[in-house]
Amino acid sequence: MTKTRRPLRPRWFAVASLFAFALIGASASRAADAPVIPDTLQQRIAACTSCHGVHGEGTPGSGYFPRLAGKPAAYLARQLQDFQNGLRKYAPMEYTVRQLPPAYLREIAEYFAAQQVPYSRSPLPPVSAAALQRGEELIGKGDPARRIPACSSCHGSQLTGVEPSTPGLVGLPYDYLSAQLGSWRTHTRSTVAPDCMATVASRLSPADITAVAAALASRELPADTHAQPAGSVTPPLACGVLGATGDDS
Amino acid sequence: MKALRWLLLAVVLLIVALLAWWWFGGGHAPTPRSASKVSAATLADPQRIAQGRYLAIVGDCAGCHTAQGGAPLAGGRVIVTPFGDIPAPNITPDRETGLGDWSFEDFWQALHAGKGRHGELLYPAFPYTSYTRVSRDDALAMFAWLQSLPSVHQPDGKSSLAFPYSVRNSLKAWRALYFREGGFTPDPARSAEWNRGAYLVQGLGHCNECHAARDSLGGTPADVHLTGGQIPVQNWYAPDLGTRRHGGLEGWSAQDIVDLLKTGQSAKGAAFGPMAAVVSGSTQHMSDADLHAIASYLQSLPPRAAAAEQPVLFDAKVLTEQGGKVYTQHCAECHGKRGEGVAGVYPPLDGNSSVTEPSGINATRMVLLGGFAPATTANPRPYSMPPFAQQLSDQEVAAVVTYLRRSWSNQASIVRAEQVRASRHTPVD
Repeated sequence: MTKTRRPLRPRWFAVASLFAFALIGASASRAADAPVIPDTLQQRIAACTSCHGVHGEGTPGSGYFPRLAGKPAAYLARQLQDFQNGLRKYAPMEYTVRQLPPAYLREIAEYFAAQQVPYSRSPLPPVSAAALQRGEELIGKGDPARRIPACSSCHGSQLTGVEPSTPGLVGLPYDYLSAQLGSWRTHTRSTVAPDCMATVASRLSPADITAVAAALASRELPADTHAQPAGSVTPPLACGVLGATGDDS
Repeated sequence: MKALRWLLLAVVLLIVALLAWWWFGGGHAPTPRSASKVSAATLADPQRIAQGRYLAIVGDCAGCHTAQGGAPLAGGRVIVTPFGDIPAPNITPDRETGLGDWSFEDFWQALHAGKGRHGELLYPAFPYTSYTRVSRDDALAMFAWLQSLPSVHQPDGKSSLAFPYSVRNSLKAWRALYFREGGFTPDPARSAEWNRGAYLVQGLGHCNECHAARDSLGGTPADVHLTGGQIPVQNWYAPDLGTRRHGGLEGWSAQDIVDLLKTGQSAKGAAFGPMAAVVSGSTQHMSDADLHAIASYLQSLPPRAAAAEQPVLFDAKVLTEQGGKVYTQHCAECHGKRGEGVAGVYPPLDGNSSVTEPSGINATRMVLLGGFAPATTANPRPYSMPPFAQQLSDQEVAAVVTYLRRSWSNQASIVRAEQVRASRHTPVD
């Protein structure tokens, strides 16, 4: 006694399939609604890029958030580590990086180091020609009488930095540069001992800081803004970030 | 009449003497190592040392005793309290500045009774109120591990406590109110797993030190257990840990709890603020058995009373509407239009206890600070959230947080611009 199954009547079939499509459609639109999150480092580090820019371009207009693009990777990784250890003080940065493991910090540093973004001009304060000249002097020759080395003796002849740990100084906003030199003097920015930049900053007068920051910020960019190769300079001071362990002179 | 005067004088002198004893008395000599009942061989046992290392991670000793960028357990981190700053001491085996001269008996007295080596009363920033439940065997293992560490010569910092808190004997009154020397008594009616969880949560884990409200004297009444509270000075809200009706973790499964403690995130929410540090430094390293034990215990916490009905204020509607616009513009892309989040990537906001906790401070500070989910072995490259402190005004943050707290299934109170302003000034360490 088997009951033969009656084929579905076309009308019912149409209704059923419409209903099925409606269901699929609803779930599809729900799925389309759901955020699609790419599994990329750029997406993961939204906490960094929202201030420093997706490509680490910073905020050249205000100079408040520094440019990260193209800075040497080891330099950037060191900064993150210094924020983590409290050597460099800025609460929002310390909070953001405090629990990230070294491998992740390194990956983030490499991401920004690899970004190629054109530099843009930043506003300059009104400074005298004499101050600019004094700044140029400090950049190229330093001030031997006060044992201030030339910027170029460590940061490269074109001031584009030196691999792996020395950042470039050209193309950076005046506000950022003068704030960093100030931070070294007040010990809110420091790094592993011997902290050669702290030594240099402590020998600069406030007027020198204005002069050198203005001169750096008003410099024309060289054609090649990449950092010089490792080992191409011999720093006049012992620097912990460059692997020195003894006292500087 | 004269006799009466003499009697009165005698009574006054007696009271003064008693007060002096109360104020200055109570010291005693340390137990010298030579007189210790614990042999050097016991302390050198590698298995005990390994066990002690694990237990010290469970107790997150390094969370306080290791300074930012400092040598492990050499002290220096300053614990901020409403009464003043208390630097955590060096607990490496340095003889001059650490525990190098301590016997196990001295250590036990500190952990169990909250007394220093010379009998001085310890400030309860050191959570002996919880540690008093730690077993003697576990304390011995931790002591053995601490003594095996490299010694670091680093003198302890000075506390900045104001009078009368600067006088340690003022703690006699505090201890009479809030501290009972005790131990952990297993409940034979419960499973071994539950008892292990209760032991860890109430003792070494010292969860109640944050997850319960402190009163104006900085104490937690004995009957207040894991019902949530705002952490003084740090100003994060440590939520109620009940998983039953009206609990802060209502609806969390045992697996959700294990996931959060092990990976830093779960289907119900992610760890952030001080809890991110706890996950990263402590709970992610705990064994699965211990994590399940903790979950089993938390799931047994009793249901809570319903929160008082929030009066709907006249500006709630305006705030919520404004907040909805901010949400669409800045939040929906990651957290979803319905606050559903993205599994394993961004936490849901609908039904998230961190969003709906009573104070609103957690969501406010998350919006301001953003940041990464805890980096753990299970999630070594966490996703992150942008900080909005620079982009959004106090009013906009208040609006969007109000929107989060009153949308979908969430029914929490509104947050005002003044509260946001206050949160901009709180420390972020």
